[in-house]
Amino acid sequence: MPTFEYAPAPESRAVVDLQSSYGLFINGEFVDGSGTGFKSISPATEEVLAEVSEATDADVDAAVRAARTAYTRVWSRMSGTDRGKYLYRIARILQERAREFAVLESLDNGKPIKESRDIDIPLAAAHFFYNAGWADKLEYASLGTNPRPHGVVGQIIPWNFPMLMLAWKIAPALATGNTVVLKPAETTPLTALLFAEVCQQADLPPGVVNIVTGAGPTGQAIVDHAGIDKLAFTGSTGVGKMIARAISGTRKKATLELGGKAANIVFDDAPIDQAVEGIVNGIFFNQGHVCCAGSRLLVQESIASEVESRLKRRLGTLRVGDPLDKNTDVGAINSRAQLDRIVALTDAGEGEGATRWDNGCELPSKGFWFRPTVFTGVTQTHRIAQEEIFGPVLSVLTFRTPQEAVAKANNTPYGLSAGIWTEKGSRILWMADQLKAGVVWANTFNQFDPTSPFGGYKESGYGREGGRHGLEPYVKTGA
Amino acid sequence: MSRVDVKKTYKLYIGGKFPRSESGRSYEVYAAPSGRSRSTAPRFLANAAQGSRKDARDAVTAARAAQPGWAGATAYNRGQVLYRVAEVMESRRPQLVQEVRDAEGLSPAAAEAVVSQAIDRWVWYAGWSDKYVQILGGLNPVAGPYFNISASEPTGVVAVLAPQESSLLGLVSVIAPVIVSGNAVVVVTSAERPLPAITLAECLATSDVPGGVVNVISGRAAEIAPWLASHRDVNAIDLTGAAGAEGVDWATLEEASADNLKRVLRPGGSGAEAVEPDWTATPDLSRLTAFLETKTVWHPKGR
Repeated sequence: MPTFEYAPAPESRAVVDLQSSYGLFINGEFVDGSGTGFKSISPATEEVLAEVSEATDADVDAAVRAARTAYTRVWSRMSGTDRGKYLYRIARILQERAREFAVLESLDNGKPIKESRDIDIPLAAAHFFYNAGWADKLEYASLGTNPRPHGVVGQIIPWNFPMLMLAWKIAPALATGNTVVLKPAETTPLTALLFAEVCQQADLPPGVVNIVTGAGPTGQAIVDHAGIDKLAFTGSTGVGKMIARAISGTRKKATLELGGKAANIVFDDAPIDQAVEGIVNGIFFNQGHVCCAGSRLLVQESIASEVESRLKRRLGTLRVGDPLDKNTDVGAINSRAQLDRIVALTDAGEGEGATRWDNGCELPSKGFWFRPTVFTGVTQTHRIAQEEIFGPVLSVLTFRTPQEAVAKANNTPYGLSAGIWTEKGSRILWMADQLKAGVVWANTFNQFDPTSPFGGYKESGYGREGGRHGLEPYVKTGA
Repeated sequence: MSRVDVKKTYKLYIGGKFPRSESGRSYEVYAAPSGRSRSTAPRFLANAAQGSRKDARDAVTAARAAQPGWAGATAYNRGQVLYRVAEVMESRRPQLVQEVRDAEGLSPAAAEAVVSQAIDRWVWYAGWSDKYVQILGGLNPVAGPYFNISASEPTGVVAVLAPQESSLLGLVSVIAPVIVSGNAVVVVTSAERPLPAITLAECLATSDVPGGVVNVISGRAAEIAPWLASHRDVNAIDLTGAAGAEGVDWATLEEASADNLKRVLRPGGSGAEAVEPDWTATPDLSRLTAFLETKTVWHPKGR
């Protein structure tokens, strides 16, 4: 069979106008932080993109005070209709500047431009558009009587979908009348800082949105600040538990969107080609840096070898490389630290006796890269079947009966998502009932929508984001 | 000469059975002082079983075993079973009134009113069994060719610290909203006022509520609650009964609950203070929704 090579098709960087350094966005203005600076690099090339300020306790305090003032003086007094119009403005500006955001996201995060362009940024705009409409309709949302905001919300987001997570957090918080102090992840702060410019362009009242950059200590300062009424966190289960402990005995509310170890379950009557595409999308989308990734493939024993060979053939065609190339399927691993973690866990997979395979593709000489990898012969006790790898690594297990598939799928402290592939409708519905997971994709995977609630069972956290359900954590109700 | 009456032994309720505490311990329960008896010595009521760590763990095991079947019952069936509980409570009204009078030091009229409200509250929650899912969930209009639906499910096994003051109305108000959705529950009773809880357990045992769906441990929350808060097979905890419970620090319990990210319903009040709610107020759905998960299912549409 002839092979057709792809010529490079890079998206232009010219649309992004990066400054050499950024301050913190507090009370509607960029200000110098009182801490030291840190560099945000491109994980694909290790080039420095910009220097960013590490917010100290004092900086966080200033941000929380600005948010409180904006809440009491402006935002809580404004009609829902007007709040909504600000959110509509933000949604429109994000659409207008979508290409700029997509390129910057791919530069800072390492994800393929086709994903940032077609998924992250359009969905981020959609979240603002969707929540904008709720702002003056909250009494219709079945949230309880007299829904009203908590006040100042602290939000801490991860590096895997920087702008999308920002939108998931900020849009419902503002729609319900709260003001926000948000910390983007230390490896991906740049689109959040560009979003600060969007707030300025939208004439959002100063202090309604404050962006503080930094690492763990900055997040801790937000969590511990007495002026924070509610926290929203997306990230690891370990940090989620620390936050839950930190706010115990207080009246601070929290929603936690944490890790996952989703089972993607393929029955012998599934449409195999579609299922293979679903498996690939499930674990190699966004380099596997997805909390709901289908990282455990549970395939019915009778078709295991066929699925395995078709999957490997498909993975051989994945294009790994330059995130800005429009043909790229799998981009760079987000950071050296994450690459080290993936390497350590995959080494453990081999060490514990699973069989390792990767697609053998060439990798760029600079930057952080990991080949799409499949482990077969995995048992439930292997670390690669229990721990979240958060990388392009699939663990394959087999089952014989639907009951066994359910037992294995649920055999994890996590409960974020699951996939089911079968042509039998009654089995889909039975399986969906049995699976302890907040999102179940049947004959599809990794679909997201602003109207659709997302969030986990068990140690994948609590609370939902998206849809009517996503408003609930941001309001208090009753007398 | 009056007849010597037959006194009841109040025991625990675990897995549909009424065992004594495995610890072999019991403690004396006295009537609350009321109008006339205020100056006299407290009246002895009974020796209640003093539940232990092991009893609590056994109760969690029983609850875990019972939960899937209870959640798997139809909502109509759960509604009828819970309505049946109210019927049995009504048939035991004189006993409940007497026990609430003794426990809370109420006048006969006040105790009657409390029992009436407790039964009515049970009926109110029973009626929600086949309704809240429609209110709280539904089809999501996603921007693509997908059928996308969100529905509520029970979170699993819930530990509940029952109110210390309101021995029946408060108790009913914390149990009914947890089990109506298909959760199973382990309840730690009021320490000083446990007897109405044991009688409620007898109502449950004779009402087709499957054994293990409700487990009742009498004793001291300070001793039992830490083991429930740190238990890895408990999905959620209601700390309402921390208010006024001797030696109970709800902050410590909430902190322990973070080990497996239990859903935590904090006690009433503001700041660090825990205050028992006014149980006569009309409830809303918050105690029901606190122990629900939302599951969202996607499926493509196509020809």
